[in-house]
Amino acid sequence: MARMTMIQAIRSAMDVAMARDDNVVVFGEDVGFFGGVFRCTQGLQEKYGKHRCFDTPINESGIVGAAVGMAAYGKRPCVEIQFADYMYPGYDQLVQDAARMRYRSGGQFESPLVVRMPTGGGIFGGVNHSQSPEALFAHVAGLKTVIPSNPYDAKGLLIASIEDEDPVMFLEPKRLYNGPFDGHHDRPVTPWSKHALGEVPEDYYTVPLGKAAIRREGAEVTMLVYGTMVYVAEAAAEEAGVDAEIIDLRTLLPLDMEAIEKSVQKTGRCVIVHEATRTCGYGAELAAIVAENCFYHLESPVVRVTGWDTPYPHAHEWDYFPGPARVGAALKKVMEKA
Amino acid sequence: MMRELAYRLIRVLDAEGRAVGPWAPEISEEALREGLRDMLKVRAYDTRMTMAQRQGKTSFYMQALGEEAIACAFARALRPGDMHFPTYRQQGLLIANGCPVVRLMNQIYSNTEDPLQGRQMPVFYSERDYGYFSISGNLASQYIQAVGWAMAQAMDGKDGLSVGWIGEGATAESDFYSAMLFASTYRPPVILNIVNNQWAISSRESLARGSSPTFAARGVGFGLPALRVDGNDYLAVYAAAKWAAERARAGLGPTAIEFLTYRTGAHSTSDDPSAYRPKNDSEAWPLGDPVDRLKQHLIAQDIWTEERHAQAVAEIDIEIAEAQKQAEKNGTLHDGPHSSPATMFEDVYKEMPLHLRRQRQEAGV
Ligand SMILES: Cc1ncc(C[n+]2csc(CCOP(=O)(O)OP(=O)(O)O)c2C)c(N)n1
Repeated sequence: MARMTMIQAIRSAMDVAMARDDNVVVFGEDVGFFGGVFRCTQGLQEKYGKHRCFDTPINESGIVGAAVGMAAYGKRPCVEIQFADYMYPGYDQLVQDAARMRYRSGGQFESPLVVRMPTGGGIFGGVNHSQSPEALFAHVAGLKTVIPSNPYDAKGLLIASIEDEDPVMFLEPKRLYNGPFDGHHDRPVTPWSKHALGEVPEDYYTVPLGKAAIRREGAEVTMLVYGTMVYVAEAAAEEAGVDAEIIDLRTLLPLDMEAIEKSVQKTGRCVIVHEATRTCGYGAELAAIVAENCFYHLESPVVRVTGWDTPYPHAHEWDYFPGPARVGAALKKVMEKA
Repeated sequence: MMRELAYRLIRVLDAEGRAVGPWAPEISEEALREGLRDMLKVRAYDTRMTMAQRQGKTSFYMQALGEEAIACAFARALRPGDMHFPTYRQQGLLIANGCPVVRLMNQIYSNTEDPLQGRQMPVFYSERDYGYFSISGNLASQYIQAVGWAMAQAMDGKDGLSVGWIGEGATAESDFYSAMLFASTYRPPVILNIVNNQWAISSRESLARGSSPTFAARGVGFGLPALRVDGNDYLAVYAAAKWAAERARAGLGPTAIEFLTYRTGAHSTSDDPSAYRPKNDSEAWPLGDPVDRLKQHLIAQDIWTEERHAQAVAEIDIEIAEAQKQAEKNGTLHDGPHSSPATMFEDVYKEMPLHLRRQRQEAGV
């Protein structure tokens, strides 16, 4: 076991995958010599050569399109989009091609590729460096969507994603790269070295797609969260004194529906938190699933806490970010309705 | 003949600071001194804002160190009413077009007087009155929009023009090709500038250029007149801009221009170039420093002296420092004050829909 940040764990995943399978290739903007603007691919070019880890021109449709072609041929591309906000030029390739390749070709061609991208806010990135576009992927039939919340999961999920036969969108909450973050932005940053899930095996292991993790067992309310919101939920439950069951979804698609249903049927209450905008956000899907499958167990209406339906602002970042105060208020609200 | 200009280098200032050759523009002594002051002002502004970021007064900054001549000279060659579609590195357009520095700093600080109400990251200005289109974070989208603006102007029979700006790295984006193609097909009054500062974060210019000898040659491929210009030569930039603008206003259509320069500083305050390029790389750049070169020209012409230069540098620094003090009275990013958080919900739609009104209420702002 080693102590790793999320960046190191992601790097280690690619390292392990590249060592095990020569078909794994890594590319994107600044990822080769420099090792990526967040340094997730540092050292891979040196170790595996310029044919397997390289810089691309700044063209996201080119990055994804080339990956689709390589994957169809038989390679296993794991590409980086510098910020999730910059995936849109590649979206056409993802939706129209990668997601439907097996379906439309009757299984003759496939798209086993991974698109990694830093996501989310909390770093004063403003309108164009803070977005959380996961719902835009989860909405597309044929894509898988993964969002880890800690170094251990990040590595295991990334290896599983690279080995997966479907195109996987791998969203990395950039606010978590160097430590867990509970939304208390005025407090000192905790590093991963002080967190149990910063303990990461150096060798191969996987965390399967489609399995949620229960971060805290509880009896009063189920909290459905992923990414940064795992820590916000933990802080909020603690501060509100509510016995919450906190479920870290880890993958949005495939979704661990059973874990959700089991928990909500037990607690009878549900609070959903995400940083992305609310309308047609992933929380809407979760709320619908809970309503459809747990209606008769519910003791109060499902509540969503999300980013507001506006672009992500710069100066008002902490008014926008769904922090522990807002989440705590939601917990109290579902408890009152008992 | 025209074709060659995309492969050669248009220069005016020679090694002794003389203005020579067919591109030497007609420009007044006062305009030259003004050009020098514009560049000094950009440099002083950049220095102060980079420092302010280090001091924790804002989140981010991007300087134009070493490439000031391009935006400064280009702005002076155009007319009020023309619209620039810039990248984040053309603050020189704003300063040369007379946008008050305090106003720019208010944006950098996201303070109560920020014209964008703290919504945008520092340097993502929008200054319609100064011919400066709203900056987008996603590279290259502005380039085709510049063509659209020019097409619209042509539809209305106006003689204004638009200018698309892009870094050489971002020419790799598909929107760059969209712009070239629409410019080539519709021939609207647009100038398509490519600022080749050798680096796109950690990538060398060759990564975006591929097997083509120059970026200007992209224009040739689309049948556009294309120039390749020494971007650290204030006079060459000015001359090329005038030439392209006159053509556009005469109804002769678009021009593509590659400006050669060097990104002397880091990509941004979030970047540390020592991880990917040699420390003294910029000193090896053969086209020199734009400020030094224009200064040398003015001195060679006997319309400037070292003393006057030192005095100008000092005066400008005081002016910028004063502006900074004034801006900081309106607040800084981390200490505030800012505009009300309620403004976060405004301008998403022209009229605020019910769901947003409810969210604003829920936010309690
Ligand atoms: C669509 C998109 N992809 C990636 C980025 C990240 N990014 C920001 S600036 C930059 C480099 C741009 O280099 P260049 O165009 O040469 O301009 P310069 O910074 O050198 O002025 C990159 C990759 C982005 N902003 N938008």
